[in-house]
Amino acid sequence: MAILRSWKCPLAQSDDVVRMRQLVREKAVGLGFSLVDQTKIITAASELGRNTIIHGGGGEVDLNEIQEGARLGLQLVFTDQGPGIADTELALKDGYTSGNGLGLGLGGARRLSNEFQLQSRPGEGTRISITRWR
Amino acid sequence: MDRIPILKMGPFLLVTIQVDMHDQMALLLQDDLTNRISKEGSRGVLIDISALDMVDSFIGRMISNISSMARVLDAETVVTGMQPSVAITLVELGLRLEGVHTALSIDKGMDLLHSRVGSGNRRGAPKPRA
Repeated sequence: MAILRSWKCPLAQSDDVVRMRQLVREKAVGLGFSLVDQTKIITAASELGRNTIIHGGGGEVDLNEIQEGARLGLQLVFTDQGPGIADTELALKDGYTSGNGLGLGLGGARRLSNEFQLQSRPGEGTRISITRWR
Repeated sequence: MDRIPILKMGPFLLVTIQVDMHDQMALLLQDDLTNRISKEGSRGVLIDISALDMVDSFIGRMISNISSMARVLDAETVVTGMQPSVAITLVELGLRLEGVHTALSIDKGMDLLHSRVGSGNRRGAPKPRA
């Protein structure tokens, strides 16, 4: 997998999520994603970006335009230095929430992505990577 | 802070969300609408989301909350104009928007509100609220 181009977006407060969504939309449109695929990755990004701010105490997202063989994709990597996730299986379960949300964010973002990777340990922050191929 | 305007149309309140809302803005709209329903004695709320290209779990929860709060204040809520790509994504995300009425257009949404609150067809003679 090769990273063709990359952008970074800070995630500190709730209007950063709006800016990130606009950036993700711009890149997804640029890659020629269908409208449904654009909507899916923007929605997944919105869920994960909010998690980074609320649960991770802020962080950032890298937007990578990637290529693997003949296919192009958009990879989003969310990182924070927050408290981390003790039980990642539980965190991915629909309806489970440590805050006051609906508990759909992580599981929903995974369903909306073609690839999903979560790395986290208590006290060591969280890194979540999602990819949607064109 | 930016606010989403709420328009009063007879017994109903009308909101069209034209901007990409951040979370605080969505919470403010929820509060504003609930207060307006109570103040105006509104019987229905129409929320048009045709300009939204994304509804995530936060906005989905706001819509459900508005609908529930309106119901306990004796008002009906209808959400109109959801784009097909948004509907597909919502369901995959796992949001069901249970108990929320929907209509494809503002016109159909207004008809639905009129029929739900028993004010007759809006093209007929206007009936004052009892």
